[in-house]
Order: sequence, then C-alpha cells, then structure tokens
Amino acid sequence: MKRWTLWVPLALFALFIGVAAYQLTQPKNDFIVSAMIGQPLPEFDLRAASLDRPALKTGDLRDGKPRLLNVFASWCIPCVAEAPHLETLRRQGVDIVAIAIRDRPQDVARFLANYGNPYSRIGADDLSEVQLAIGSSGVPETFVVDGQGIIRYQHIGDIRASDVPLLMQKLAEAQ
Amino acid sequence: MSVSRSLLVALSALLAVVSIPVAAQYSLPPAPYAYNQLADPDQEAVAQDLMETLRCLKCQSQSIADSDAPMAGDMRHQVRTRIEMGEEPEAIRAWLVARYGDYVSYAPTVSETTWPLFAVPLLLILLAAIILWRRLRART
Repeated sequence: MKRWTLWVPLALFALFIGVAAYQLTQPKNDFIVSAMIGQPLPEFDLRAASLDRPALKTGDLRDGKPRLLNVFASWCIPCVAEAPHLETLRRQGVDIVAIAIRDRPQDVARFLANYGNPYSRIGADDLSEVQLAIGSSGVPETFVVDGQGIIRYQHIGDIRASDVPLLMQKLAEAQ
Repeated sequence: MSVSRSLLVALSALLAVVSIPVAAQYSLPPAPYAYNQLADPDQEAVAQDLMETLRCLKCQSQSIADSDAPMAGDMRHQVRTRIEMGEEPEAIRAWLVARYGDYVSYAPTVSETTWPLFAVPLLLILLAAIILWRRLRART
C-alpha cells in the first residue's frame, strides 16, 4: 500500500499548525540579556549626577569589593517600585553605585529626596554610552560587579522583595 | 455623575500624574547626532544603511533609524560618531552584537541556530529538481 504517502503533506501541515498554535500561547519574553556577563566593565568616567553623591568611574569598581551597579533614571516608574528593596540591600551592607540615564541633576535630586538614596556614588550617562557599553537595554537594570570590575550577574527590571536573597547570593559568589 | 464617568475621570487624572515622569526622559536635549546628519553625505549614507539594520532595544519591532525612542536616538548618535571617526560599519555591528547578542542586528547570519533557514529552501529546490527529473525521464 503506497497511498499513505498522500497524507504526508497534510500531516506536515498539521504539525506546522500545531507548533505555531503552541508558540502563540507561550508568554513572550522581551528581555534582552547582556552578553557582557563575565566580561570586564568598559572604561568610563562619568560626572556626578547629583550634588550630594560623588561621580562614578570604572576605577571605583575595582577596589576588591563586590557591589551592585544600578542603572536607573528619575523618569523611570519601576525605579520607584524598587527603591525600598535597594534600601533593604544597603541596610544588609551592600554597596550600591548607580548610573542615571539621560537625567538632569535637579530631577535626580528630587527623585532621591522622594524615594530614598541607597547609592554611594551616582554617575550621569547623558548619551546612554555606558548603558550601551555594558549591554543594558532599559531602566531599571542591576548588575553584580566583582572586586576586579568584572560583570557577574544581570538583573533585568525592578528588584522585588523576592529578588533580594538571590542578589545577596550572587554578591557572595562574587567575593 | 455615573459610576463609569467618575471612573473615567479618576483614570485620566491618574494618567496625567503618571505621564509627568515618563515625559521627563525627554527633559535632556537629544544626543547631538540623534536627529542631525553627518556633514559628509557619503558617511551619512553608510551610517543610514547600518542604522536601518540595527534593532531598537526599547521598541523591538523597529530599527533605530525608524524609532523616536530616546534610547534609539542615543544609538544613532553612537553609530554616527563612530562612522565619523572612520570605524567600519561591520565593526560597529560587531561591537553591539558583543553586548546584546545577534538580536540587536537585523542582518541575517548563518549560525548554529539559523542554518536550517538557509538549508531548508536549498533542500526543497533539490527535492523538486529530483522529482521533476525522474518524471521527465519516465515520460521519454
């Protein structure tokens, strides 16, 4: 019996429909993971983004101590949501430095006055140059950087209370 | 005032408050080369060709040449300044791919995951040729 071969195209078509239907029901992941994990930070030297915190350069992240590098902006709403959790991390002894994207000093100052200031240094990235150089595609994002200035981990989106233990663990692994 | 009406008013009030910080990402002027072309038309043409094949990371179905997102403007500035300094367009693409993966580039490349896209059409053409050849041979 050779006639079964007639059904092969229909079976292939049904398979195609099946795969397409399955993929349509899967949630879409819009996150773009940085390819810089495991790579050293690029060289940068940013001006201070606000008057009450010093500026940020690559050398500040090579002092032998792992820390968080938070990419944020005063115009970013999820950054407001993560502010209390960054404060929790700071209280647990984590040093957090930040890069403010496309921001004016008075806007940064207003944001920090309203939502708290967990940062030890804040650099201003007016043209997103450092953001592009570390493979970050939005705000907020948080990178774990080890004491040699190597990027160890990337957290995309706002930090929630449930993310704090994982970040603590990644910081410990970066020791 | 009906319930739906007052809901609408509350919603628009909320949107008005939320839109203030969103609009503030435009509070700095755009990057110098976000909306300005390079002085040299040949260099600008090279930059334009490259920008049309780079994905905007904030608005993922658009190229950075098509997008008005501030981050796309910053990426255009990055491309144009590098072209102006004499960097090769493919070197700039490679720099971005090294940071964001193949996803940032619209230019098709043959890789571990994409080779079937190139192989399957060739196989189908080959299959069609074989079938055609056998039928034509059978007829004569």
